[in-house]
Amino acid sequence: MVSTYGYKGRALDLITKYGIKIGDRILVRNEESSFVGILMPRSELDDDEHIVLKLDDGYNLGISVDSLRIEKIPQEDVYPPPPKLPSSKPGLPRVSIISTGGTIASRVDYRTGAVSPALSAEDLYQSVPELGDLAEIKTEILFSLLSENLIPENWTAMAKSITRHIKDGAQGVVVTHGTDTMGYTAAALSFALRNLPVPVILVGSQRSSDRPSSDAYLNLKGAVLAAAKAPFAEVGVLMHSTSSDGELVIHRGTRVRKMHTSRRDAFVSINSPPLAKVSDGKIETFGNYKERGGNLELKADFDEDVVLIKSFPGIPNDIFDPIIHRGFHGIVLEGTGLGHVPERIFPAIKRAIQSGIAVVMTSQCLYGRVNMNVYSTGRELLSMGVIPGGDMLPETALVKLMWVLAQTRDPDEVRRLFLTNVAGELSKRSEYAEVWHP
Amino acid sequence: MNSNTGVRVGIEIHQQLDTSDKLFCGCPTLLRDEEPHFTVVRRLKPTTSELGEVDRAALFESEKGKVFHYQGYKDSTCLVELDEEPPHELNREAVSVALTVALLLNMKPVDEIHVMRKIVIDGSNTTGFQRTAKIALDGWLDDDGQRISIQSLCLEEDAARKISETSDRVVYRLDRLGIPLVEISTGPDIRSGEQARRVALRIGRILKATGRIKRGLGTIRQDLNVSIEGGARVEIKGVQELGLIPTVVDYEVMRQKRLLEIRDELKKRGTLQPRPEISDITEIFASTESKVIKRAIQSGGKVLAVLLSDFGGILKEEIQPGRRFGTELSDHAKVYGGVGGIFHTDELPAFGITDFEVRSVRERLGAADNDCIVMVAGEEQSCKSALVAVVRRAEMALKGVPPEVRAANPDGTTHFMRPMPGSARMYPETDVPSIVVTKATLEKIRSNLPELLEKKIERYTREFSLSQDLASLIVDSPYSATFEDLVINHGLTPSFVAATFEYTFKMLRREGVDVDLLDRNAIREVLIRVHRGEFAKEAVPEIFRWLALNKGKSVSDAVSALSLSAVGIESVRRSVSEIVEKNIEIVKREGERAVSRLMGDLMKLYRGKVDGKVIHDLLLEEVRKALQDR
Repeated sequence: MVSTYGYKGRALDLITKYGIKIGDRILVRNEESSFVGILMPRSELDDDEHIVLKLDDGYNLGISVDSLRIEKIPQEDVYPPPPKLPSSKPGLPRVSIISTGGTIASRVDYRTGAVSPALSAEDLYQSVPELGDLAEIKTEILFSLLSENLIPENWTAMAKSITRHIKDGAQGVVVTHGTDTMGYTAAALSFALRNLPVPVILVGSQRSSDRPSSDAYLNLKGAVLAAAKAPFAEVGVLMHSTSSDGELVIHRGTRVRKMHTSRRDAFVSINSPPLAKVSDGKIETFGNYKERGGNLELKADFDEDVVLIKSFPGIPNDIFDPIIHRGFHGIVLEGTGLGHVPERIFPAIKRAIQSGIAVVMTSQCLYGRVNMNVYSTGRELLSMGVIPGGDMLPETALVKLMWVLAQTRDPDEVRRLFLTNVAGELSKRSEYAEVWHP
Repeated sequence: MNSNTGVRVGIEIHQQLDTSDKLFCGCPTLLRDEEPHFTVVRRLKPTTSELGEVDRAALFESEKGKVFHYQGYKDSTCLVELDEEPPHELNREAVSVALTVALLLNMKPVDEIHVMRKIVIDGSNTTGFQRTAKIALDGWLDDDGQRISIQSLCLEEDAARKISETSDRVVYRLDRLGIPLVEISTGPDIRSGEQARRVALRIGRILKATGRIKRGLGTIRQDLNVSIEGGARVEIKGVQELGLIPTVVDYEVMRQKRLLEIRDELKKRGTLQPRPEISDITEIFASTESKVIKRAIQSGGKVLAVLLSDFGGILKEEIQPGRRFGTELSDHAKVYGGVGGIFHTDELPAFGITDFEVRSVRERLGAADNDCIVMVAGEEQSCKSALVAVVRRAEMALKGVPPEVRAANPDGTTHFMRPMPGSARMYPETDVPSIVVTKATLEKIRSNLPELLEKKIERYTREFSLSQDLASLIVDSPYSATFEDLVINHGLTPSFVAATFEYTFKMLRREGVDVDLLDRNAIREVLIRVHRGEFAKEAVPEIFRWLALNKGKSVSDAVSALSLSAVGIESVRRSVSEIVEKNIEIVKREGERAVSRLMGDLMKLYRGKVDGKVIHDLLLEEVRKALQDR
């Protein structure tokens, strides 16, 4: 379908009638006024009663299509001179940037208001020249998806692409990613990339890169620096550590969660210290980590037949019927408190397990670990065969169960694999912290 | 002086609206002085595509490294001002005020309002852009029979308030960011400074007529665009007072004329483009007496110099009162190099720099008699940037008047701020939905348009018998609504109420009493109670003085603290007849003239408690009675 740039109905009929397209310079007239400007795209949600014009002073305004006449004004196309390309210095570490969506860097055409993503290495050097001092960069546009639209198949593709880049000599990999589901992808890559030899840094931005205040640039610089120089070889998520443009933090891929809808420091490490902090070009690590080196082993399959269900007061006792009926392979429960669900759904859980579905318990408290021995509810669930998720995040547990079920459907093996710490997602100890919440 | 120079002036007025919420969030439109609750530190990334010529690039360089500190208050600034949350929908109250103003200015409202992002890289907006929307176009107002076109009315968010600035960081406060502003631009139709003042006053009064604008210092800002024949359009920012407008315009006309004269003089001399060849002359000043230079060298800095061939004498040419061409060069050095200023040979020896040092410098740079040398002392890189900027500005002198943005000084002269921005860099604010301006909305606003101040003055003189002076004052004042309420709904005497607001308040303000912070309801109560005769008119200033000093206390508290509680009319009558009795001889001798003599004693008794007029009337009555009885 040809894009109509948000125009529909009467407005679309009008511009079609006059043979006008987006970006044309036009003179429009009605009984009262006349305007000269450039025809602009329209939001899909706007009505079909107006066209949008960008005046010569830069302002857009909507003009009613009622008795509107349009004339096209011929104009010469102006091509901006090709930008000079800064290149990187020789001898720098090789870093690959794989983009999956969102725009970590972009350029605004102030004539039309169009925001175009800067995705090639050249574009990136152009908009963030400092990158040329940090690394020799190679880029790949893997896909261009809003992160809410990503599916486990995409995780597999990402893991494969990262593997290729590492095999080709990348000393670190940066993955640019929309922030909504970046935590899920980070967990998936943590499981998929076994014995990772170099750091893989996922990076996003909470303010789009077309604005001067975007956090994208600082984050991207930090991510490239970490990919090039960090001592750890793990999957990390790099974002702002506070609302200020200063310190950045790298969270372990299996321990990170987006905890705020809009703030720059929305990402938080839960039940674990972050991998590292970056400030003034220096990387400071915390706790243990896997060091660089080793032979990468790819285990990038995920079983998509897994669901994540949150318990709540009044959760219907037939909620699992369709899941059992449809033959899902796994259920991750986000229980209350230490890992509980109402007793009235016990029969349903029992049936699910009996029909071969792996059932895992995590807590909607997010902080702390489940312990199902304290109350009888918990003990009963354990005796039914529910697998306790320890101090794993519910989302990480979901991804892990998908990863485990892609390897085996044998209940004992599923349980064994699930309860084994694979990528720092599980720990034996709950460490004390003065402040446990963000 | 303006008539023969082809002066063209346009005005841009920025006026804060007095809405309850900010333009894009639910925060109050409140400026605060107490210690801020938090500070967030940010940087902005100007995008390369917005740069063009060398001058802008240089400015960009000087802005690039800056860090911005944003101070906020937990209870009156939120994540939206911090650029940590997307903007909420456009404030409808502000849109309605803007449309009202547009209709009063005979403008055509747009059919659909689109919010734009206008790139601003000085950090005054946390986002790096100002949100702004065109509300109406193509209006006019009449000035003495001449139509002045009103080109555009935009609704925009005010910027953050600059608290302090150093070379590498600027501190802003978020309280002002997001307060709705209307920006009204006239066409370049104005022909003199005086006309500019009148037009600004007219627009100001139309804004006031809405009753929905903020009042007081900093709530309105006027920018002027001034050009003369053969000169260039120069934008002058931050003219705070209307009274200064004619001076600013006249001084700018003077500046442009002088710059054209300088251009002609340089042409006559055959002056060539100066070359940015910078020399390090630090060692000439190794044992200098100049404090500025000594300090610069001691802290590891340099003294750099550049030769301006055939510029001798030009730098001391006055272009505005107290400002010379050298001052223009110095402005550029300050802006681009961040240095404190420059030295130049047109004004040396001076400032501790000796004749010998000047001669050494001239010799070193091979300067001829007709040449001028500009020097800067300080950190090497800053000095270099400063001198490059000086050379660039000197080069512009060969062409005449550079188009630029200047800032007004308190005396009406101006100083260089930045080069004229290219066409505004704008793109759509996609986070805010557009608003259709329906016919119904416009009809509703049109049928409720506020009365214009000129009409109101006329009505006040007619209906309330106020003098022209008092009527214009009260109409222009923030108390005009209270005035009407008291007079119309409570039957108070118009001249008394108006005089209280305009004359009594003015007197109290001069004493330093902060009457404008008094509670409106308390003000109303005082005047209504005076009207009821509960205490005397004479007590009014004292009550307001007391209330201003005793914040949070009631009018009744004031009355009892000042022992003003009403005196019964009967007891006054008694005192009056006692006095008349006691002085019956005087009354007999002097007749009615005795009244003024006896008033003094009575007023001593009742000042502030009983209206003088009441006492006077009673006394006259009593005296007449006594005279009849005899």
